[in-house]
Amino acid sequence: MTTTQERPDVDDGPEARVAPLLRVTDLSVSYVPPKKGTSLGTGAALTEASLEVRPGEIVGIVGETGSGKTTLARATVGLVRPVAGRIEFAGQDMGALRGRALREFRRSGQVQLVFQDPLRSLDPDLTVAALVREPLDIAGTLSRAERHERVVESLRLVGLDPDAMLDRRPRQLSGGQRQRVSLARAISTRPQLLFCDEPVSALDVSNRNLVLSLLDRLRRDLGLAVVIIAHDLRSLAGIADRVAVFYRSRVVEQGPIQAVLERPAHPYTGLLTASAPSVTHVDRLRPDQLRPDPEARSWPAHGVCVFAARCRFAHDACTDQPAPVRLADDREAACHVAGEWRALITDSKEAS
Amino acid sequence: MPDPTTSPVLEVSDLQVSVGDHLVAVHDVSFSIGRGESVGLVGESGSGKTLTCRAALGLLPKTGEVDHGRIVLGGTELTGATRRTWNDVRGTRLGAVFQDSASYLNPSLTVGHQLAEQLRVKRGLSRTDAHRRAVELFAEVGLHDPEGVFHQYPHELSGGMQQRVLIAIAVSCEPELLIADEATTALDVVIQAEILDLLDRLRESHGLSLLLVTHDLAVVAETCERILVMYAGEIVESGTTEEVLARPRHPYTQALMGVATIGTWERRALEIIPGQPPSVGEDMPGCRFAPRCRFATEVCTSGPVALADLGEGRAARCARIDDLEGAPA
Ligand SMILES: Nc1ncnc2c1ncn2[C@@H]1O[C@H](COP(=O)(O)OP(=O)(O)O)[C@@H](O)[C@H]1O
Ligand code: SF4
Ligand code: SF4
Ligand SMILES: [Mg+2]
Repeated sequence: MTTTQERPDVDDGPEARVAPLLRVTDLSVSYVPPKKGTSLGTGAALTEASLEVRPGEIVGIVGETGSGKTTLARATVGLVRPVAGRIEFAGQDMGALRGRALREFRRSGQVQLVFQDPLRSLDPDLTVAALVREPLDIAGTLSRAERHERVVESLRLVGLDPDAMLDRRPRQLSGGQRQRVSLARAISTRPQLLFCDEPVSALDVSNRNLVLSLLDRLRRDLGLAVVIIAHDLRSLAGIADRVAVFYRSRVVEQGPIQAVLERPAHPYTGLLTASAPSVTHVDRLRPDQLRPDPEARSWPAHGVCVFAARCRFAHDACTDQPAPVRLADDREAACHVAGEWRALITDSKEAS
Repeated sequence: MPDPTTSPVLEVSDLQVSVGDHLVAVHDVSFSIGRGESVGLVGESGSGKTLTCRAALGLLPKTGEVDHGRIVLGGTELTGATRRTWNDVRGTRLGAVFQDSASYLNPSLTVGHQLAEQLRVKRGLSRTDAHRRAVELFAEVGLHDPEGVFHQYPHELSGGMQQRVLIAIAVSCEPELLIADEATTALDVVIQAEILDLLDRLRESHGLSLLLVTHDLAVVAETCERILVMYAGEIVESGTTEEVLARPRHPYTQALMGVATIGTWERRALEIIPGQPPSVGEDMPGCRFAPRCRFATEVCTSGPVALADLGEGRAARCARIDDLEGAPA
């Protein structure tokens, strides 16, 4: 009773040579201004983060709450101004956009953000038709008739029947339908890039796969680039081309999803994959092999590698935050012993 | 008195719960949990898991009621128990942890005060003893600096820490059974794995039985000895975790396995279970999974389908169980 959907283009992953649609370089964001004389320090929501998204690709961002995932999305659409670093979208330096130009860029809806259950924060009295049309009203480029047509088309693209949906209000929709309506709203301006913040966290597995398959279809039908933000690795399984792992405001590892998650180079990625519950008994590391020894030396929260306090492999060199280094298979990790820590793992559970 | 070493901790039989205007949400659910056993109750959201365990806790919402069925806790008949009996049982013999841990803590009292109070009232400890025991329990549930945590308010703690506090409160009176309803669902995976490890350790050290309620088959796979699969208010399959996951017999369990399995991170077409579960109270003559089942035939919808004993502690509710033996999932 499970249906396997057609996936004719499974193998035509985006070529590495294609110019990135979004290129974020050494981006730092702080919601609290840094104290005099300190660098970014404690208030940093994002520290020297670099990430590229190519047209037609799905990039997953994982990390715990507060690790800076949403901040990256907000900075990209200009909702928060970076302290340092560069954001280029379709070759355009976003930092150079100010005032009117910035407002126009935002209105154009080329980059759209979809939050978890966004309809909850919207006017409950608006109909689906009005909700999906709103970004088009703001962009102001289409005629009334064109806008209506676009709304109908967008609802169809997300698999909803326009006739049944147009006049409904958010409370008359199921969880899955609301998620679809918010996607229809996000794609109504035909964006080039879609940021989905925790799109499936509130859904159970079956609906999760429905929404993820839908995102994948939109990527194909509209040539969209999609960034899926998740705190659960499993919501990226089978869907993302690449993944970036965030930890305390930093990108600690990134690369092709299979390479990163099957052979993690950063100890935090290792802990994440070891902790992800699974129904299949796979041969993998256990979380207790990666948790620090309770007797181990304690590390300060700042000024050392961001992961030191929770890292089993922390050693003298870790008093310095490592910069991301390029590794084989097109990935990078920010750890002094990237990948090498595996050799240090002992089978602690059996031994104790 | 039944022999406490062999009788189950919890026995639920033929439980029917309805909500709102007599809409039946839990249909004739029966299961039992042995001493020290961990049992997982799995199913999609809305399948009746929470109502089932709320009934077993005497905590049904105002709009819900038990129409019939029996609930027996370690030999004590709780069917139709008074509010007072339930209050006595909860927090002494039955502990519970839920997903929204924050809402079960009083925001204006330190978490240490809340745990110590529980120990004073329910266990009769002196103020000093209650404090000492509270700090011990905080250490036991893996809170660093337990003395420091004692003096903190709920909002000063992360979600994972709040959940540990709730677990400490739940096990503080040495309950026989701990019910954890989606207790790790909102947590990040690293913390989730830590909490699941903790529950496992507590089970051993406190001789607890565990009823773990979750929509996530994978969580149960890692934690529970036995599984109950629930669909649209009914138990459709049960058995040891190992057996059920290795050879799921009910088409719904097979479908759940399909959507939950990862195996590889490679890009692929994701599996889905087409359609939606029936709405609560929907009257269906036969198998409630039939509209979504690719094996459905007339025999499935012509009359009630019983939960059939398959031997070796396994049961499944499928009219075609024999035909489907060996069929590709
Ligand atoms: N509007 C805000 N004002 C102040 N701090 C914020 C704001 N939004 C986020 N933060 C802080 O910035 C950090 C990164 O947050 P966020 O980007 O939301 O992380 P994530 O999306 O990964 O959960 C966190 O410490 C968070 O508390
Ligand atoms: S740099 Fe050191 S502390 Fe940081 S992740 Fe690597 S080994 Fe651990
Ligand atoms: S009884 Fe029929 S419809 Fe129900 S699960 Fe079995 S085969 Fe499918
Ligand atoms: Mg976020």
